[in-house]
Amino acid sequence: MIQQTPSRRAILDRIKTQPVEGPALPDVDPNIVIAFDDPVAKFQEMLIAVGGQSHVVSSYEAVGKTLQTFDEFASAKHLVSLVPEAVAGTVSTESVRDPLAYATVDWTIAKGEFMVAENGAIWVDGKTLPHRVLLFIAQYLAIVVKKSEIVSNMHQAYERVDGFGGPFGIFVSGPSKTADIEQSLVLGAHGCRKLQVFIVDDK
Amino acid sequence: MLPIVEHPAAAKEFVTNPDRSRWHDRALWFVRSKRDLQASSLPEWEYLRQTASQIKTHTIANLAHYLEQFEQNAIAAGAKVYWAEDAAEHNEIVLQILREHRTSRIVKSKSMLTEECGLNHHLEANGIDVVDTDLGERIVQLRKETPSHIVLPAIHIKKEEVGETFHEHLGTEAGASDPKYLTEAARGHLRDKFLAGQIGITGVNFAIAETGGIVVCTNEGNADLGTSIPKVHIACMGIEKLVPRQRDLGVFTRLLARSATGQPITSYTSHFIGPKDDQSELHIILVDNGRTKLRSSPTFRAAMHCIRCGACMNTCPVYRRSGGHSYRATVPGPIGSVLSPTRDPNSYKSLPYACSLCGSCSDVCPVKIPLHHQLLAWRGELVGKKLLPMGKRVAMTLASHLFRHPRLFTTAGAIGRLSLRVMPRWMTHNRFNKWSIARDMPKPPQESFRNWHRRHRGN
Repeated sequence: MIQQTPSRRAILDRIKTQPVEGPALPDVDPNIVIAFDDPVAKFQEMLIAVGGQSHVVSSYEAVGKTLQTFDEFASAKHLVSLVPEAVAGTVSTESVRDPLAYATVDWTIAKGEFMVAENGAIWVDGKTLPHRVLLFIAQYLAIVVKKSEIVSNMHQAYERVDGFGGPFGIFVSGPSKTADIEQSLVLGAHGCRKLQVFIVDDK
Repeated sequence: MLPIVEHPAAAKEFVTNPDRSRWHDRALWFVRSKRDLQASSLPEWEYLRQTASQIKTHTIANLAHYLEQFEQNAIAAGAKVYWAEDAAEHNEIVLQILREHRTSRIVKSKSMLTEECGLNHHLEANGIDVVDTDLGERIVQLRKETPSHIVLPAIHIKKEEVGETFHEHLGTEAGASDPKYLTEAARGHLRDKFLAGQIGITGVNFAIAETGGIVVCTNEGNADLGTSIPKVHIACMGIEKLVPRQRDLGVFTRLLARSATGQPITSYTSHFIGPKDDQSELHIILVDNGRTKLRSSPTFRAAMHCIRCGACMNTCPVYRRSGGHSYRATVPGPIGSVLSPTRDPNSYKSLPYACSLCGSCSDVCPVKIPLHHQLLAWRGELVGKKLLPMGKRVAMTLASHLFRHPRLFTTAGAIGRLSLRVMPRWMTHNRFNKWSIARDMPKPPQESFRNWHRRHRGN
């Protein structure tokens, strides 16, 4: 319900009594913006640039095998897997509603909807997560995405999320990072320390 | 009334420390160079800037329509929307929400709007513990300072100084200065705060009229951790943050991080539409605090396009050498020097002069705010308001008289050339000549340009 407060009225009145001419709302011409012949290669290049790592694998089973080669995965105890066809989790998310219950999660294996080549970002829809904190609270994050699910740029990306009505969706590009201390880049600020992206060849 | 900010006086400490000033200059130039690499990687960069500027101009022109549309859609998605005329009302609304929830522990992610409103002080004065969770903001918070830059809040602090601060507050080893070690310590410290936080406060990078949603961009993921654990999320935004449609974000997410830090996009670009679930709450506060006043000015209206990327600061030769604190404003640098006098021309009258009119800020601005034109326009306004210091006003009047009278100008030139040759140093270097404080007087030429021209060009 809209609350008709005096401040609301005053702000809107000040705007409405001061008419301003403006241009029409422009649309981006898809022929002008950058596109890549090999978007997957560009995505992989950009992901490295933003501090992540990517692996093209032939099947979901291969995701688990590759993960086993990382020490921080082999030694991990608390795994949440939202891609059970790739990896089996050790922490059940059923009937868990308290985000603090996930405070000790070592790894989250999440599902990505599609990749963006120009900046190494992956769109994750909050509806695929039992709790959105899982993306941020885990020490390490892996995202599994199909190779065919890729766009070149953010305009195409927003075309794909056009029907998105919430409550939560996110472009993840690389692990959590900071350069607040003398511009030295440090990976692993508050969220995941590393990001592994698995590109499953589905062709 | 606020105290009057004299930029030259406020900058003195920073600029008279050449090592620090040079170090700061280089740190920001490094960021500016990264921005250039990113901008040149996109052939459509200028097209994007043009489109972004046009979207903003359209939105600001139709602001009432988009604000009402946003409000309606945000409410339909389950959010609660508030309107605040000024900083005091904004702070009161936040405090009210906290009181209703009997909250004493807040995790806040970086928001220049809440800095502008002085929210932390207000909450602390009311017994509420506010933890800034952006690493740079946490550093300045522990040091009881304010951010000196809108994107890089601790850019003015050296790693050894961060080490001292963390040693004192977080118990890190004395003398430690390794950024990796210090960041790890902050990670542990802040994780406890995140887990204990009862309410998360964030700023807003973009609000979308069409969906009633908001977008928050961070690299650290602090806004996400800070809002996904507590049940209550308070989002504070200036009314200029609106874009009409979700797809307009395609333009702005491409420009923002590239312009700010030279990254292709931030690590996390989070889209919130309504609260998490039926147990949770999302409160959105729409703040005016002088923005409608800015909108009513044809000369300065384009400053409302600002997406707070900080590119104008990183490139500004004055900002880079004088440090953000010398502006004594929440938003420093070129855009701050345009925005602050709108709020209070008398207090901030010296800021439009903290500018060499080099135009670099206008060149890098991703939303095409004509910053250096606006700074020049401000000088005209300030003269009109008689807000210039007496010394400058008299000098300008005399100069204008001199330039309008050719014969007088020629005579003055001859006297000037002669005096510069014969006057002893104490006559030019004294407290009456501010120009010569850090400069030598120029060596006078033998003859005037007019003479030289006559001899060489005949007529």
